[in-house]
Amino acid sequence: MNNQRNLFFNVDWVTILIYLTLCIIGWFNIHAAVLDPIHPGIMDLSTNYGKQLLYILSALVLGFFILIIDSKFYNSFSPIFYGLTILLLVVVLVVGRNVGGNQAWIPLGSFRLQPSEFAKFSTCLLLARYLSSTTTKVQDFKTILSCAAIIILPVVLIMMQPDTGSALVFTSLIFVLYREGLSGYFLLIEGLSIVLFVLTLLYNKFYVLAGVVVFAAILIYFLKRNRSAIQTVIIGVIYSLCFIFSVDFAYNNILKSHQKTRIDVILGKVDDPRGQGYNLNQSKIAIGSGRLWGKGYLQGTQTKYDFVPEQSTDFIFCTVGEEWGFAGSFVLIGLYLFLLLRIIFLAERQRSTFSRVYGYGVASIIFFHFFINLGMTIGLIPVIGIPLPFISYGGSSLWSFTILLFILLKLDSNRMGIV
Amino acid sequence: MNSFFARRFVIQAIFIVMALVLLAKLFYIQVLDEKYYLSAENNVLRKLVIYPARGPILDRNGKVLVQNEPVYDIMVIPREVKPFDTLEFCRLIGIDKPGFDKRFQKAKKYSPFRASIFEKQLSAQLYQVFQERLFDFPGFFVTKRTVRSYPDSTAAQFLGYIGEVNDAAIEKSGGYYRPGDYIGISGVEKAYEPTLRGQRGVQNLMVDAFNRPKGHFADGRYDTLAVAGEKLISSLDLRIQQLGERLMKNKVGSIVAIEPSTGEILAFVSSPTYDPNLLVGRERGNNVAKLYKDPYNPFLIRPIQARYSPGSSFKPVDGLIALQEGLIAPSTTFFCPHFYQAGNHRVSCEHYDGVTDLRKGIAMSCNTYFCNVFEKLINRAGPRQTINSFVSWRENVLKFGLGKKLEVDLPGESRGNVPTPEHYDKIFGKNRWRSSSIISLAIGQAELLATPLQLANIECIIANHGYYYTPHLIKAVGEKQIVKKEFKERHSVEVNAQYFEPIIDGMQQVVESGTAAGARIPGIVMCGKTGTVQNNHGKNHSVFVAFAPRENPKIAIAVVVENAGYGSSWAAPIASYMVEKYLTDSISRPKDQIEYIAEKNLLPELKSKAPAVKPKTKADSSKRDTSSIKQVKTNQLKSAR
Repeated sequence: MNNQRNLFFNVDWVTILIYLTLCIIGWFNIHAAVLDPIHPGIMDLSTNYGKQLLYILSALVLGFFILIIDSKFYNSFSPIFYGLTILLLVVVLVVGRNVGGNQAWIPLGSFRLQPSEFAKFSTCLLLARYLSSTTTKVQDFKTILSCAAIIILPVVLIMMQPDTGSALVFTSLIFVLYREGLSGYFLLIEGLSIVLFVLTLLYNKFYVLAGVVVFAAILIYFLKRNRSAIQTVIIGVIYSLCFIFSVDFAYNNILKSHQKTRIDVILGKVDDPRGQGYNLNQSKIAIGSGRLWGKGYLQGTQTKYDFVPEQSTDFIFCTVGEEWGFAGSFVLIGLYLFLLLRIIFLAERQRSTFSRVYGYGVASIIFFHFFINLGMTIGLIPVIGIPLPFISYGGSSLWSFTILLFILLKLDSNRMGIV
Repeated sequence: MNSFFARRFVIQAIFIVMALVLLAKLFYIQVLDEKYYLSAENNVLRKLVIYPARGPILDRNGKVLVQNEPVYDIMVIPREVKPFDTLEFCRLIGIDKPGFDKRFQKAKKYSPFRASIFEKQLSAQLYQVFQERLFDFPGFFVTKRTVRSYPDSTAAQFLGYIGEVNDAAIEKSGGYYRPGDYIGISGVEKAYEPTLRGQRGVQNLMVDAFNRPKGHFADGRYDTLAVAGEKLISSLDLRIQQLGERLMKNKVGSIVAIEPSTGEILAFVSSPTYDPNLLVGRERGNNVAKLYKDPYNPFLIRPIQARYSPGSSFKPVDGLIALQEGLIAPSTTFFCPHFYQAGNHRVSCEHYDGVTDLRKGIAMSCNTYFCNVFEKLINRAGPRQTINSFVSWRENVLKFGLGKKLEVDLPGESRGNVPTPEHYDKIFGKNRWRSSSIISLAIGQAELLATPLQLANIECIIANHGYYYTPHLIKAVGEKQIVKKEFKERHSVEVNAQYFEPIIDGMQQVVESGTAAGARIPGIVMCGKTGTVQNNHGKNHSVFVAFAPRENPKIAIAVVVENAGYGSSWAAPIASYMVEKYLTDSISRPKDQIEYIAEKNLLPELKSKAPAVKPKTKADSSKRDTSSIKQVKTNQLKSAR
């Protein structure tokens, strides 16, 4: 009993409040996106918002159980979770149901399970356990390789479905490694790679290369005295050269034509509002038509009348943008940012490395989903089908984010205990 | 705590910067760029125009002249069409298989998803048969529209017609009309277009991504209802209109009857005419082409567009002006030796009238008398002052509504013609003309031209003893029966009422014992004047003008039958039937007389392809003017010999 009281006393209620707020916002927007004015029942289980209400309630139950389980359990069982997930990811490739071109679902009766969702928290847990063992140092090449292996195994399996969006989520774990001591160059390289990637696709690769060389020359001019810095710059140029040519090769020879078109549309290389660009264009119209204050709850027309595809899952933000306008979008982005900073705050106050690493994992994954999802709906990023945490419709997605977050809350509530 | 604690700030900074990037982009597309807002409206809003019913037009007794009749358009959504019995379908709506294919391809080309018109304007009968089988033809449905319908097939030129609006009219309307809209093209339909058309309504419908209707935008807050066009009560009397059209069958000419006390036009016959129903429905195109080819030009609105020399019917005007100017008195006499001679000019007179006073001059239609009157008018200040005297005469004539538009409420009215001094300067040289040069004007010939409406209006003036109201076709507008202000305004000719008596005496004699004795109506005192109008198109035009009864006149009338001979032989009897029918609602004389007139074919022979009278352009009319004066002159020379 005493233990229980401590548990609820120690749980970070601020995070739970944000979590609930986001879930409720999600439910209202799903309601608005699919509401049929002719059958306006709230508890109609045949509708998405009826089902989502069930998902939210079951997620809360799930969260409760996570909180009452002993926190040592997550640490000790993390290899088993990871193993199970990998097994499921293999199983899904064999018996999975193909939905929308991705073989990502395992049918369980009337219910479908998406193993890639659960891979997120199990990978985080194993990564935390590995980095928290006293023998590891992230500066070691061997450690880096091991971490990469932990991350890349599920990525490869997910890519085989193929679900590029979910696979890309794992790249966000670089923030975790960075926090634990990975050289800042890796982060720089990742940033540089993204910039070069976009530029290479947009412009002639030789122009990009010339730009890199000119930029490096200027850097070297200012770094005259510092030989090691000049060395770094030269390595950077060589890396850029390799990267540019491999991106160019990959784009022209590996990517399928529909993937190429998606990238072309997002980069504005082709203007195609009726074809591949249709989703993006309609999504921008829906969000843009919300103006400053939005059209009001249930007053949106673009999402409700099916102009935007997948309006309750990946494109749920269209409803927010259309009905609540820039003001609503601002509040939502503010909530996410607050949640992310709160998670970092929680992670930093942990005494155990395991909890901290796990906390950063949670922050990275939620951040990636949040940024990529919003970015794609407003045309900053190619359309990559990943859900908006806590808001998009779907049981697997909501439960996996709930598990991800509530394990952290459990670890946090027990931070004074011995791990 | 470990040594990389500070890195938390880097990660936090990255999160914050990325969130700001999202916000910046959102601010741009939501607040700064209006493009998306407008695209959203395009996506979802469909403005549906609701057409109001066009106003009906009634006659003065409330009988319907034009109304709206439902017709049915067959619509098709090509994608929803499933295989069906095409032959049966074609049979039902009366088209053939190639016609079906052509229409279907056209609809498909327009859009496979949206409804387009497959066949226009099915009649109610065809619709009933088709509708019973409609369920056999998935993808087809029927929408109701209204078209104009004319229950009595009468007064075609008066009512005019409507048709699809052309580009020029669209531009002129400032975008009010849109391609495919209907607009009044002639007659009352054109003149009263803004009143008749009513007010269009708009429904702001929302559609989803597949163009399926999703109800009204904002619960219909921005929708407007269509307001039906106002009903027009015309001044026409259907009874005499139909009688007039029957009498004028197989003739070219006009009948205009006006109520003198109001200016309301009672009959407006333009012959040859056509059935206005021909310009409605599926055969419209063919019918229009046929009518345009008709050499007698049924589209010409003869009562206001055809111009004739008034001939003898002008004589009372001359007499009245001279009386008012004090140049003659009713008792003034001239001697008629069978002709009038001034210098080399000689105008023959049909009769040997001897000593003639004004009454006799009118009654016998003595050319000599009125040539003398005209000479007095033009020479009043001596031959040197010819131009000034002529100008003053001309001004007086204009007061009678000649030479100017009467501003009747129909488009396309002609002003007729009263020649100007400049015109004669051009012909004869500056100031080198005298009363004798233009003596034909005295008997309403030469350049003097008037429309039948103007002729009837002169009778109104005489009937009213000196004033008229603007003749008009629409008595009152709408349920409230509003009368236009300008129609209540009295136009005076500035001739004292007492001067009308001798003229009217003479006109009464015309009907009782003079040139139009055949037109006498038992029990009704009618005053009239015949005219036998020389023209360069063949036989003389038969003209008769009259008003009745003498006391408290109820109707003034002008009848012109082109190339039919003497005024007394055709125009006068026609006018008398019209007047009697109007005043007593019956005709006392034997029916076979009417039948005889109605059946008589007096259509002028076609000399060339050109119709006898065409709507005139300015160039055209001046040519005609000079040719007619030459014609008259040769006539005069002939009679002088």
